[in-house]
Amino acid sequence: MNDTSQSFVKFEKIDKSYDGEVLVVKNLNLDIAKGEFVTMLGPSGSGKTTTLMMLAGFETPTNGEIFLDTKPISKIPPYEREIGMVFQNYALFPHMTVAENLSFPLEVRKISKPDIKEKVQKALDMVELGNFGTRFPAQLSGGQQQRVALARALVFEPRLVLMDEPLGALDKNLREQMQYEIKHIHDRIGITVVYVTHDQSEALTMSNRIAVFNDGVVQQLSTPDILYEKPENSFVAKFIGENNTLNGVVKEVNGSSCTVELDGGFGMVKALKINVNEVGEKTQLSIRPERVSIDSSTSGSNNFSGKIEELIYLGDHIRARLDVCGNNEFIVKVPNEGSFSHKEGDQLNLSWDSEDVRALDI
Amino acid sequence: MEVTISTAELLTTDGIPLKQSLRKAERRNKLRAFLLVFPLLLFIIVTFVMPIGDMLLRSVDDSQINSVFSNTFDEYKNWDKEADELPPEEVYKSLFFELANGDKRQIGKALTRMNYAKSGWKSLIKKTTREIKKIVKKGEEPVSYKDTFIKINKLWADPTYWYSFNQMVSERSSIYYWNAIDRTFDKDGDVVLQDEKRRMYMNTWIRTFKVSIYVTIFCLILGFPVAHLLANLPLRYSNLLMIFVLLPFWTSLLVRTTAWIVMLQQNGVINGILVWLGVISDDGRIQMVYNEAGTLIAMTQILLPFMILPLYSVMRVIPKSHMRAAQNLGAKPAMAFWRVYLPQTIPGISAGGLLVFVLAIGYFITPELVGGKDGKLIGSWIAYHLRTTLNWGLCAALGGILLGIMLIFYWLYNKIVGIDNIKLG
Repeated sequence: MNDTSQSFVKFEKIDKSYDGEVLVVKNLNLDIAKGEFVTMLGPSGSGKTTTLMMLAGFETPTNGEIFLDTKPISKIPPYEREIGMVFQNYALFPHMTVAENLSFPLEVRKISKPDIKEKVQKALDMVELGNFGTRFPAQLSGGQQQRVALARALVFEPRLVLMDEPLGALDKNLREQMQYEIKHIHDRIGITVVYVTHDQSEALTMSNRIAVFNDGVVQQLSTPDILYEKPENSFVAKFIGENNTLNGVVKEVNGSSCTVELDGGFGMVKALKINVNEVGEKTQLSIRPERVSIDSSTSGSNNFSGKIEELIYLGDHIRARLDVCGNNEFIVKVPNEGSFSHKEGDQLNLSWDSEDVRALDI
Repeated sequence: MEVTISTAELLTTDGIPLKQSLRKAERRNKLRAFLLVFPLLLFIIVTFVMPIGDMLLRSVDDSQINSVFSNTFDEYKNWDKEADELPPEEVYKSLFFELANGDKRQIGKALTRMNYAKSGWKSLIKKTTREIKKIVKKGEEPVSYKDTFIKINKLWADPTYWYSFNQMVSERSSIYYWNAIDRTFDKDGDVVLQDEKRRMYMNTWIRTFKVSIYVTIFCLILGFPVAHLLANLPLRYSNLLMIFVLLPFWTSLLVRTTAWIVMLQQNGVINGILVWLGVISDDGRIQMVYNEAGTLIAMTQILLPFMILPLYSVMRVIPKSHMRAAQNLGAKPAMAFWRVYLPQTIPGISAGGLLVFVLAIGYFITPELVGGKDGKLIGSWIAYHLRTTLNWGLCAALGGILLGIMLIFYWLYNKIVGIDNIKLG
């Protein structure tokens, strides 16, 4: 998949600046294979939308080149790129009916009337809005508008579809439903999708691969499971899912693992050496809450204790906020097996496997 | 489970019919709302509805002269114009007594009215009245009233004077409206064109329309790009630009109009620059003011904000993503503009167009000052008759036609675009 020779979209050394002083995107290199669903995930202002706009042709890269199907596209105007796009607020044309909105891209391509009719109907059927052709966008609900926007971006059979936070305006339930629908449509027609969002669960649900953006740089590009389980730096660890951190200094390096002395003299932790190199370096340890076990005296090389600060009952599990080694935001998820009887203020014994602790940058 | 569907009226918890209860609850709100608008409503009725209504009544009202010469007019209607060259004796007789015994002030007013129908009436009647009063004083009774009249003045034997009575003999008449479009009544009471030298309104009407349409089109052509720029520039630039757009509102209309005279006159700034640049020779200075061109230029400038502001308010809310979406879907920028942007600005175009047109059609000060002889609009005639000839009936008719045209435009607009689509801000 990462083989550049068959990459369908290729960003090569892309820099982008609006004012000549600040780089919004820095040295972006990204390869997307045909048929892939790639999500650009990041906080607002991280450069993900700018990247998308450069691909769509509404912004020009300050440096570097974007290749689509091995051809450079910087000089091609947006209307000749054959890239479909779903905009943040759908950008449906309010003075046209749903069917007219969908036929617009076909009409400008001078496709014959009967063909247009057929394609429009097919696209509407695909998003299950077959009978809504004569309505105006204002007469549709948010979710229906979203689907029309999707159908319009697909109806002219583009080479690639871009989606700029398309579900941002929907409420939670609808958003989840649409996530699956978009995913299913992608599976069915096999089109390449580049998706932008700041919602990590959305990214995890839908994508083949996720590019985590921060500060104009791709922090990590990987599949959802690897991003979650093997974050390569502390930003990714913090941004994707819930994460416990402990700060310390590397004391010993041993192949792929290392020993870290926690700040404040709380003891030593054995961890995987990920983003640190030498002894004496400062590091931030990352442990996922569900990888911490309580009251299990037998397991693990890392045994600590923590005081319960807060307990939140969430049905299937109990979320405990502990004070561990000077970090009072340490979260542990205790499965609700009916045997948890501790109160706030109690001390808990904690342990975790050294394989589950990752020593990252600070 | 059994379901009973009640067809009875809905009741509140206390058993009062729901609708009645709701009406009661809302009555207070309605009353409050009415009291809030009442002062303005009163003001509008007194200062707007009533004067306009009064003016419109005057445009069809000829009751004053009919009360002064009621007998004469009654007898006049019996005159068979085909059979007799002059009116029958009875007409002269009635007129004799009505002039002899009538109230001097009322007759004076009626004379003014008669002069509108045919000039010359005033002096003829005044002279005649003096002679009649002498005859009455002497106590003589004329043998033939007709001959007496003709003896007093030969003009009483001229039937064209008598024919002009046709325009005045009914209390409710449409003659002012016909006059306002250069028509009058002939001896049989049929509508005919005025004499050539008395035709002056149709040309002005046509010019008024032409100028208004041109001004509207020019305002649209000049205003559209400005409004687009205003709606799309970053805020700090657009605010500055907005000040330039609004600046005309803050200066007196009179100052702006006279400034245009300074700019456009033959020894003015623009001609001066053109001569200096060598574009035109010193003898070839262009006449740009005191004609239709002057009216067009000045009115376009003055009415431009009325086009820009509604356009701006519409364009501001068109999302920028629409043009992008259109291009993304494969439309070239020109096509995207034509198919996606322009249709969405129609509420603004029509609001601005209607506003500018309606203002232009009744414009007065600017055309009066810069229009010269052939740049005057219908408003000038209204003012002329209002102040100089005091022919208020004609004034009201001209104004009534203007009002009618506007209502027709409003109706057309509502048919074509829908008045709900109008967007002024």
